[in-house]
Amino acid sequence: MKFNETELKEVERLVSRYPADRQKSALIPVLHLAQVANGNWLDAETMDYVASLLKITNIEVYEVASFYSMFNLKPVGKYLFEVCQTGPCNIQGAKDIIAYIEKKLGVKEGEVTSDGLFSFKRVECLGACGYAPMLQLGEHFKEHLTPEKIDAIVDEHRMKAGL
Amino acid sequence: MSRKLLLDKAHIAGIETFEVYRKEGGYRAAEKALKSMTPDEITEEVKKSGLRGRGGAGFPTGMKWSFLAKPEGVPRYLVCNADESEPGTFKDRFLMEKIPHLLVEGLIVSSFALGANTAYIYIRGEYAWIVHILEKAIAEAKNNGFLGKNILGTGFDLEIYVQRGAGAYICGEETALLESLEGKRGNPRIKPPFPAVKGLYDCPTVVNNVESIAASVPIINMTGDEYAKIGLGRSTGTKLISASGNINKPGVYEIVLGLSVEEFLMSDEYCGGMKNGKKLKACVPGGSSVPILPHDLLFKTANGETRLMTYESLSDGGFATGSMLGSGGFIVYDEDQCIVENTYNFTRFYRHESCGQCSPCREGTGWMEKLLWRLENGQGKIEDIDLLWDIQRKIEGNTICPLGDAASWPVAAAIRHFREEFEWHVTHPKEAMERNYGLRKNIYVAPTPAGA
Ligand SMILES: Cc1cc2nc3c(=O)[nH]c(=O)nc-3n(C[C@H](O)[C@H](O)[C@H](O)COP(=O)(O)O)c2cc1C
Ligand code: SF4
Ligand code: FES
Repeated sequence: MKFNETELKEVERLVSRYPADRQKSALIPVLHLAQVANGNWLDAETMDYVASLLKITNIEVYEVASFYSMFNLKPVGKYLFEVCQTGPCNIQGAKDIIAYIEKKLGVKEGEVTSDGLFSFKRVECLGACGYAPMLQLGEHFKEHLTPEKIDAIVDEHRMKAGL
Repeated sequence: MSRKLLLDKAHIAGIETFEVYRKEGGYRAAEKALKSMTPDEITEEVKKSGLRGRGGAGFPTGMKWSFLAKPEGVPRYLVCNADESEPGTFKDRFLMEKIPHLLVEGLIVSSFALGANTAYIYIRGEYAWIVHILEKAIAEAKNNGFLGKNILGTGFDLEIYVQRGAGAYICGEETALLESLEGKRGNPRIKPPFPAVKGLYDCPTVVNNVESIAASVPIINMTGDEYAKIGLGRSTGTKLISASGNINKPGVYEIVLGLSVEEFLMSDEYCGGMKNGKKLKACVPGGSSVPILPHDLLFKTANGETRLMTYESLSDGGFATGSMLGSGGFIVYDEDQCIVENTYNFTRFYRHESCGQCSPCREGTGWMEKLLWRLENGQGKIEDIDLLWDIQRKIEGNTICPLGDAASWPVAAAIRHFREEFEWHVTHPKEAMERNYGLRKNIYVAPTPAGA
C-alpha cells in the first residue's frame, strides 16, 4: 500500500499540527488513514511504510498498532460490525444481538464471510449506552438495534457492494 | 429548579453553525475574556465559580489552572479530554455533536487564561464523525477571527487541533492521554511530575474534560459568583448526566446539582421512571468505576436523608453505604438484572483495558475476571467470594494510575451489598447457568419506589 496524493497531503496536514521534530504525534491519525487505504487492516508492510513516512522506527509503529483496539492486525470484512458488549448494552440485550449477528452472517467472531464482505467483533463501551444495543460500522454508530435493523444493515451493505 | 447553562441552546436548529451560534449570543464570553479581562482575572472567576472537574475526579478547575507552571520561553498546552470511555458515559459526545462551538469558545477562554497558544482536543477514535463536526466548527471560528493569529486584535494567538485516539479506555487517564498524543502506547506516567509542570512534550499542560472547558463560557458570561449560586454547597453549577439502563427515557440531561436522585430517576422531566413497570434493583450513579448502590440506599442515605445529585450526597456514607458522582454515568438496573453477571462484565472490561504496567492491576483484574466467570457460570466456590474481596483490596491503592481502583470498587461494592446473590450462584450452580439471578422473582423482591 502507498498513499495517493490526497492522502499524502493529509499526512502533511496532520504532521503540521505538532511542533517541529514531534511528527511522531501524527502516528495514530496516520495509522487510521493507512488502515482505511489498506482495506480495513494493517499488515507489516503498511506499518513499515507509515514508519518511513514519519521517520520513526518500525517497532515504534508496531508497538502502537498492537496497543489500540481499533487497529486490525488481521484481515477483517469490508464491513466490520463492532458490537458493544459492556454493562449498559448487556442489560439491554447485547448478547441476543451478538447471537443474531453470528447466525445471520454465518461466521464466528473474527472470521470473514466467504464473499469478504462482513465480519464482527465484540468491543467495549463506545459511548452510546443510552441508545443500546449498538454497534459501530466504519465511521458511524448504529443504535437501538433489533434483528430487523441488523437485517436491513446487512442488506443495505450487500447492495452497496453490488451483490 | 431546572436550569440549563450548557445545553440551553442545544436544540436550536442550526446551532452547530457559527452563524446561528453567534446570533444566539455565542462568542460573547470569548470577547469579554480576551478584550476586557486578564488571564489571572479569568482564572479567579473560575475559582469563584466553584466549578469542579467534570471528567470524574471533581478536582476544582480554577485551582488546577493556578497550579500551571509558567517558566519563561516555554510553551504551555491545553488538552481537552474527549476520550469519554467510562462505561455509562456519553455526555461529552452529546455536547460536541449538538453544540460544538460551545467547546471551541470554552477552549478560547481557557487557553487565554492559561497562556496556551495551542490546544488539542483528544477525542476517542470511535467518535470519528464528531471529528468532522469539530473541525468544521474550528474552521468557522477561524474564518471569523476567533482563532488563529492576533485574535480580535488582542495579540493573542490560538490554534485548536482535533486528535483521534484509537480505542483504549486508559487514554482517558490524563498522563496516558499525553503519551498517546505523543504517538505512543497509552501507558500512564508515574506522578510526580504532574502535567502542570511536565506534560505534553515535557511542557506545562492542563488537561480538562470537555464539559469543564465548556462551563467556562457561562462562568465568564455570568461571573463566577453568580455561577456559584446555582447548585448546592460545594457542588456548584449544572452537570450533564448520561442516563442508561432499564429506564423509560435514557439520554443526556443537564441538571442543577442538588436535584434529588429520586426526582432524577422517577420524574418525567428526566429518566421517566422504570421501564415496563419493573422494580428498581440497583444503580451505578457515576460511571462503571463507582460503587453500585442497592435500591434502598439510592433515594435515601444510610442516615435517612434524601440522596441528592451532588458530589457530597452521593458519596455520603463513604464506600460502606455511598458511592460517587464520578463522570455522571447513571446506569439503572431493574429487578431482572443479575449483579454477578454485571460485576463479571465490568471486570472483564477493566482487564481488557488495563495497560499492563503494574502487576496488581494486570494480574488482579485477570484473576478477578476468572473467578467471576466461574461464579456466574455455576462453577464457583464460597471461598471464591472471599478471594475476590481479598484481591480487590490488594489492587486498590497499589498501582500507578487509578484504573486499579476503578476495577476494584465495583467488585467490592457488589460483594458488600449483594453477597447473598454471589452465594446463591454457588449454591444453585445449575440455575445460575440457566438464567439471571434477577429473574428469580421468588427469591429476590425489591420494593417498588414511590413515584415522584
Ligand atoms: C482510567 C481513567 C480513565 C479516565 N477517563 C476519562 C475520560 O474519558 N474523560 C475525562 O474527561 N477524564 C477521564 N479521566 C480523568 C482524567 O485523568 C482527568 O482527571 C480529567 O480529564 C481532568 O479533567 P477535569 O478536571 O476537567 O475533570 C480518567 C481517569 C482514569 C484514571
Ligand atoms: S493501574 Fe492498570 S492501567 Fe493504570 S498504569 Fe497500572 S496497569 Fe496500567
Ligand atoms: S455500554 Fe455499550 S455503548 Fe456504552
